[in-house]
Amino acid sequence: MSFAVSVIIGLAGLFALAAALRAAARAGLSGRARSIANDIPLTAAFGLLVIAIYAAVAIAAPALAPFAEREIVGNQFEAWSAEHLLGTDRIGRDMLSRLIYGARNTVGIAFATTALAFVVGSILGLWAALTGGWLDQVLSRIVDAFMSIPALIFSLLLLTIFGTSVLTLILVIAAVDATRVFRLARAVAQGIVVMDYIEAAKLRGEGAWFLIRREILPNALAPLVAEFGLRFCFVFLTISSLSFLGLGIKPPTADWGSMVRDNATLITFGDITPLLPAGCIALLTVAVNFVVDWQLYRASGLKE
Amino acid sequence: MDREVLLEIRGLRIEGRSGEEWTEIVKGIDLTLHKGEVLGLIGESGAGKSTVGLAAMGFARDGCRISGGSIVFDGIDLRTISEKQKRDLRGARIAYVAQSAAASFNPAHKLIDQYCEAPVVHHVMGREEAERDAIDLYRRMQLPDPESIGFRYPHQVSGGQLQRAMTAMAMSCRPDLIIFDEPTTALDVTTQIEVLAAIRDIVRQFDTAAIYITHDLAVVAQAADRIKVLLRGDEVEEAETRQMLDAPREDYTKSLWAVRTFARAEQPPASGTPIVSVRNVTAAYGTVNVLEDVSFDIHAGRTVAVVGESGSGKSTTARVITGLLPPKSGEVLFEGNALPAALRRRTREQLRQVQMIYQMADTALNPKLTLRELIGRPAQMYLGLKGRVLEERVKELLNLIELDPATYIDRLPGELSGGQKQRIGIARALAAEPKLIICDEVTSALDQIVQEGILKLLNRLQEEFGLAYMFITHDLATVRAIADEVVVMQQGRVVEQGTKAEMFAPPHEPYTELLLSSVPEMDPDWLTRLLERRGAA
Repeated sequence: MSFAVSVIIGLAGLFALAAALRAAARAGLSGRARSIANDIPLTAAFGLLVIAIYAAVAIAAPALAPFAEREIVGNQFEAWSAEHLLGTDRIGRDMLSRLIYGARNTVGIAFATTALAFVVGSILGLWAALTGGWLDQVLSRIVDAFMSIPALIFSLLLLTIFGTSVLTLILVIAAVDATRVFRLARAVAQGIVVMDYIEAAKLRGEGAWFLIRREILPNALAPLVAEFGLRFCFVFLTISSLSFLGLGIKPPTADWGSMVRDNATLITFGDITPLLPAGCIALLTVAVNFVVDWQLYRASGLKE
Repeated sequence: MDREVLLEIRGLRIEGRSGEEWTEIVKGIDLTLHKGEVLGLIGESGAGKSTVGLAAMGFARDGCRISGGSIVFDGIDLRTISEKQKRDLRGARIAYVAQSAAASFNPAHKLIDQYCEAPVVHHVMGREEAERDAIDLYRRMQLPDPESIGFRYPHQVSGGQLQRAMTAMAMSCRPDLIIFDEPTTALDVTTQIEVLAAIRDIVRQFDTAAIYITHDLAVVAQAADRIKVLLRGDEVEEAETRQMLDAPREDYTKSLWAVRTFARAEQPPASGTPIVSVRNVTAAYGTVNVLEDVSFDIHAGRTVAVVGESGSGKSTTARVITGLLPPKSGEVLFEGNALPAALRRRTREQLRQVQMIYQMADTALNPKLTLRELIGRPAQMYLGLKGRVLEERVKELLNLIELDPATYIDRLPGELSGGQKQRIGIARALAAEPKLIICDEVTSALDQIVQEGILKLLNRLQEEFGLAYMFITHDLATVRAIADEVVVMQQGRVVEQGTKAEMFAPPHEPYTELLLSSVPEMDPDWLTRLLERRGAA
């Protein structure tokens, strides 16, 4: 009961902090940043705040964590105490420290993966839409072929072939996700490349890279940013499920997905500790989607 | 007129929202419409014509609200009745015809299905009766194949036919009032006549009252009994059509009437090597030839107007000159030397010499780039300007197009009016310091006062920099204002070419004659006389 109350108080506190920061931004900033601060809804401010906290925790993990990531510091499954704030895990490692390091690993990998997927997917997608013809056909059919295989099975297959280092994990999930991004970027860009300003730029003699970067991308950015948020959450879940299946982030590296699996037995004793990493994932997912919703609203043209 | 009053609007106020604030866009308009009467509402864009038109149906667009006044339609106060009651009126007793029929029809349903919807929903008639009625009305609207045209989809009929089908649809429940919102503005002159005549006849046949919204005075003069002039949400004046045309009272109305007085000074015949010369060009999309053996010259400091209705190959000619569409045969010479047919084979210097201004400034300017970037890019790319020099050049160009650099340089196109956007298109073309600018219907999306400003600006720039213009248009009034030479095109061929004086003096080619006689004149009897003359011939 007290736990539930503290969660609610914590969330309310975050909301209040977000509101306070927004008010401060409105007062302190000027120009373009000011106008963004003026129309940002409270949910998006909350989302940005949560993302900022996660980022700070991930970056400063060694300074924040009371113990090392892989160090066995106590007995297994110790209860919450002053020394181990969130108790210890299956082999006696400090839960809080692993949660903090988990932010670094899980969020870091998810971010790297999504960023890579977006850079590759959107550049190829915009290029395909701009060039058209055989290039578009070849790229699109390859992507279609990849997309016809269920994503999780395909990732499992590739990970089994290439091994499960962090690097291959990032590359494999990024490759699978890039196909979805490609599709979206191409569809969005197809509506843009027929505009007169693209023709005007072509008549000016601009190259493909300039057209993609300066003429198409700014106009395709809003749906892509929105998709980035959603994709980021899906990648999160993919990594967690791969970890859960034992093919994701290898132990003893801390990872929220495998932390849930490892300590799942505690749930049967009515202890909510194993759900904390799941809660961390949930909170970030919600936060990211708040920001995404805001971006979608801005992109829908209701606000300009 | 002592007929019964159908619609009475008193002190109508409408507010529009921008951000958090509400600003008044219609400031207390009174309007009285009798049964069977046609009222013309005119004014430039932003005058509130369409907003008033919609308010006559008790409707306010998203982001707008009716904040004051009364709207009484046949004894019913549209401001107090419920949405359900309004829906029962709309379509049945008040109908609406929008500017773009193509955008207003649902592309997924056949015309006749859309026709039958309103009568069936409003229980005016059953489906079969409605179909018979549709065919009857299609016939009265002089649509070809009235028996079968309704069974086509919107994309299978032409723009002018679609607009007539739309009008027939509005008539389906025999409403007491129809609101026409710029029904012919998007059509070319020859089609405009057909639609205008059909609308006028049908409204008279059924004795329907109508509000006819347009910015084209000559058009409204043909259809309306009375004309009301609006300016920024206020009424300027109202009078019977003839009286209004003969003796406008207010200065603003007089300025509307005088818009088309601008004309460029006669130029001596051009000589020397033409800037661009199109030689025997034949071009095709796929296997269909859209240009056949087209030839003409454009000289420095001269304007060549290329005239014709839609589909005549005007814009395709521009695409051949710019290299977007390599011709099947023939060539384009630039100062006597052949230009490579394909865009990608042309050098940057060749590209710089020919610039283009588009019809729709909305789609021709990247909405995410500031004016600094939009105008600066050609100067940066072709002339290698950077940093301060580039900024100075952009400011100079903004001054040339009469926009204040300090205010506008960091704005986005979305923050400008239609006329201002078109000026940016001009500045972007000028930034390349070209010898030829191709203007593709640059004024047809603008209302007359703004049009005149753009034409004067183009003319001043031409005199200042010795530019050559290729001016693509279907509007002969524009041709009269700015052209030195005229090329008339029909179905991909040049049917007549010569100097402006030759063109506007008889004898004409039959097609030129048709185009010339289709330009509406400021005379309420013009359409009647024209139709009689054509009917007799």
